[in-house]
Amino acid sequence: MSAAQIDEADEVEGVDAFRQRARAFVRDNLRRIEPGEVVGILRNDMTDEEELAEVEHDRKLQRMFFDAGLAGICVPREYGGQGLTPAHQRALNEELLGYEFAARMQSPTMSPCLAVLLDFGTEEQKRTHIPRILTGEEIWMQFLSEPSGGSDVAAALTTAVRDGDEWVLNGSKVWTTGAWWSDWALCLARTNWDVPKHRGLTVFILPLRREGVEVQRIALLNGFRDFCQEFLTDVRVPDTDRIGEVDDGWTVGTRWMFHERMLYNSPYVTAPPGQGHAGVGTRTILLAAREAGHLDDPQVRDLVGEARVLQLVGDALQERIKDGMTSGALSDQAAAIGRLYTGLAQARTTAIAYEVSGADGVVWGDDDGPLVDVGTDYLMRQISCIGGGTTEMARNVVSERVLGMPRERTLDRDVPFRDVPRSAS
Amino acid sequence: MQFDMSSDQEFFRETTARFLSDRVPVAELRRLSEGGAGYDDDYWRQGAELGWTSLLVDEAHGGGSISGDGLADLALVAFEVGRHAAPGPLVSANVVASALGSAGGDAHAEVLAGLLDGSALATWASTERRPHDRLGDVALTVRADGDELVLDGVKRPVESADRAGHLLVTGRTGDGLTQVLVPTDAPGVSVRPLRGVDLTRRFAEVRFDAVRVPASAAVGEVGGAAEQVERQLQLALVLACCESVGALQSGFDMTVEYASDRYSFGRPLSSYQALKHRFADMKTWLEASHAITDAAVAAVSARSPQAAELASVAKAYVGDRGDELLHECVQLHGGIGVTFEHDIHLFLRRQTLNRTLHGTPAEHRQRVATFVERGATHEEDAA
Ligand SMILES: Cc1cc2nc3c(=O)[nH]c(=O)nc-3n(C[C@H](O)[C@H](O)[C@H](O)COP(=O)(O)OP(=O)(O)OC[C@H]3O[C@@H](n4cnc5c(N)ncnc54)[C@H](O)[C@@H]3O)c2cc1C
Repeated sequence: MSAAQIDEADEVEGVDAFRQRARAFVRDNLRRIEPGEVVGILRNDMTDEEELAEVEHDRKLQRMFFDAGLAGICVPREYGGQGLTPAHQRALNEELLGYEFAARMQSPTMSPCLAVLLDFGTEEQKRTHIPRILTGEEIWMQFLSEPSGGSDVAAALTTAVRDGDEWVLNGSKVWTTGAWWSDWALCLARTNWDVPKHRGLTVFILPLRREGVEVQRIALLNGFRDFCQEFLTDVRVPDTDRIGEVDDGWTVGTRWMFHERMLYNSPYVTAPPGQGHAGVGTRTILLAAREAGHLDDPQVRDLVGEARVLQLVGDALQERIKDGMTSGALSDQAAAIGRLYTGLAQARTTAIAYEVSGADGVVWGDDDGPLVDVGTDYLMRQISCIGGGTTEMARNVVSERVLGMPRERTLDRDVPFRDVPRSAS
Repeated sequence: MQFDMSSDQEFFRETTARFLSDRVPVAELRRLSEGGAGYDDDYWRQGAELGWTSLLVDEAHGGGSISGDGLADLALVAFEVGRHAAPGPLVSANVVASALGSAGGDAHAEVLAGLLDGSALATWASTERRPHDRLGDVALTVRADGDELVLDGVKRPVESADRAGHLLVTGRTGDGLTQVLVPTDAPGVSVRPLRGVDLTRRFAEVRFDAVRVPASAAVGEVGGAAEQVERQLQLALVLACCESVGALQSGFDMTVEYASDRYSFGRPLSSYQALKHRFADMKTWLEASHAITDAAVAAVSARSPQAAELASVAKAYVGDRGDELLHECVQLHGGIGVTFEHDIHLFLRRQTLNRTLHGTPAEHRQRVATFVERGATHEEDAA
């Protein structure tokens, strides 16, 4: 390659040119999604075989994005990414509207996991895993929550003990979505019980298909069985798979949870806009109202309007938070404002769908079209206020970190973790 | 309020904020609340000199913006006016200025000039007395009779009608809408002052009994003004939201401060989780109100296809959550919060007024439902 050619290749692709390229790829390669094809909250409408086939399909899609130079838009080129900007990512996302995408590759794989690897991984860790994530070979999970508690993440009981160049992990993690078909995990573990809780944690890279890792599936109340609990028994991890310093896992964990709160705003996530409203949306509500024959009822119209208001306000709020955090006008902690809004708005939207369904919301037949299962979604209403950290925890962050109000008094601050009172188990 | 202001815009906002703090501090608002007028003439004229009424009018017609986006600039003024709970028919006067600047032609140049320099006032007479008080309902008739137009009907509430020289009246001609610029001293026009929740903004009921004006008084086409009226509605909605967001910001800031200064059981109020969580919700509503208002301002300014929907979404959201937010502020102040002496009610009043003018949140939600339905039909047609 001549010097001139190298220069040309290194020149950053403009957003408009990039958008054209993305559009061509999307139109030529991806299947259009029928409006309303994806409905409901974590509905259990696939057999395991079908689900595994979907996972394979998502991996294949991810590979196609990669081959087209459309994977890892904001990931540096040395790790297989494109080295472009959030504006490019946004253009790609916009072009994806109405098309299939590699849904199972995004959260938590791209964010928070890949984001955490970029922030804290060693050069070797990044070169090993990031290209394989971008080509769809590795799907990651986040191992934060434990049966003993998820809000108080720093109170993790899963323990890692050093043994020469290795660590030996024991304990249990829970609520991982899809661990039964995933490959790797970021795992927060306790490495020191004799210091206060935040100072005795370390983060590890954990292979899921390894001896000692037992993955059990959990049935949610609607029959959905993608959530898992993992039991770790003497799992051996080389020290080279440690992320960050020993006992300094909370530094990593803080960024980790920041990336988690970014959700679909993360510059590493490739998904059409509006994923924040996945589940029950305005469209479901409109279809349900129409099916019920109540679309002319002013009360129903009020509810349809309310759902749309929540959706568009949510979009505007996420934009504002993203802009504010980018420009520094808002602190990074402001992501919790978006998290709180989204949790409540989704729960309310689910309730609205149920409300407009009338009696068919609680009892239905197979031929009731969009009204089928709306009631079950409603039973799952609070999930948007729990997953990804509860809305109560978000309220703590907003009041304490954004508004600067006094922190809650805690009884675990300056005490060795060993002596901190714990849930009865 | 948007984050990405230019330095000119920031300077402009600052200037307006300083002017308002000097001219209409809360003590002055309390004084003004007692008189009938609501504000002094030179206050409005000085505001006009700062540019308050020129921003939606292009330079060729005597107006001009700060940033090239006049509505974005005016949004800053409206925000500050709300933040100070300041007097003046800012929204209504600007709606008229915009209409005259774009559809007024030469016939109304003089009225526009007066509006721009603050020497004269013209406001919008759009909504009506019950049972025609629902969003979009227009019963007042405008009939052509030779080379004259004849108006019959009642408008209410009309802002500052007692001191306006002219009113831009929206009426019905057959199936279409017509707008007419009517002098308030025309025979057959009667103005009856009303009382209201806001301390300084004044409204009236205006009757038009066979009011005759020359055909040249029409602004735009007779029977063909629907699009212009929709545009005016959008402007009124987004500007009212800007004002309201300003009022919410003040009420919220005051309450956050109060909660850290006030102690009970040996602790500041702001240390109680039960209250902190409510502040977190309020902060979320406040930021969301800023966000949707800015998005609506941008869409209306760009005349985007989503402008109408976003304007209604903003009105519905800010109207609804804004009330809740300020009543929470009252609650968290305890007893002092419901006294006249405390300032929180100044902002609650402004929000309460704006919430309901030009359609309640419920009416706007229903309007939004119409857009949802249309969108779904488009999608199905496309598929
Ligand atoms: C859809 C979904 C996806 C998830 N994905 C993952 C994942 O990928 N990885 C993972 O590790 N976990 C995941 N989780 C788990 C989730 O993060 C936890 O469920 C959540 O953090 C709450 O923890 P918990 O269930 O142990 O409840 P607890 O922490 O026991 O909380 C119980 C209740 O007490 C409240 N509470 C607790 N502490 C406080 C406090 N200080 N102040 C006020 N209120 C408080 C909580 O808000 C909650 O209402 C997921 C959960 C869901 C529903």
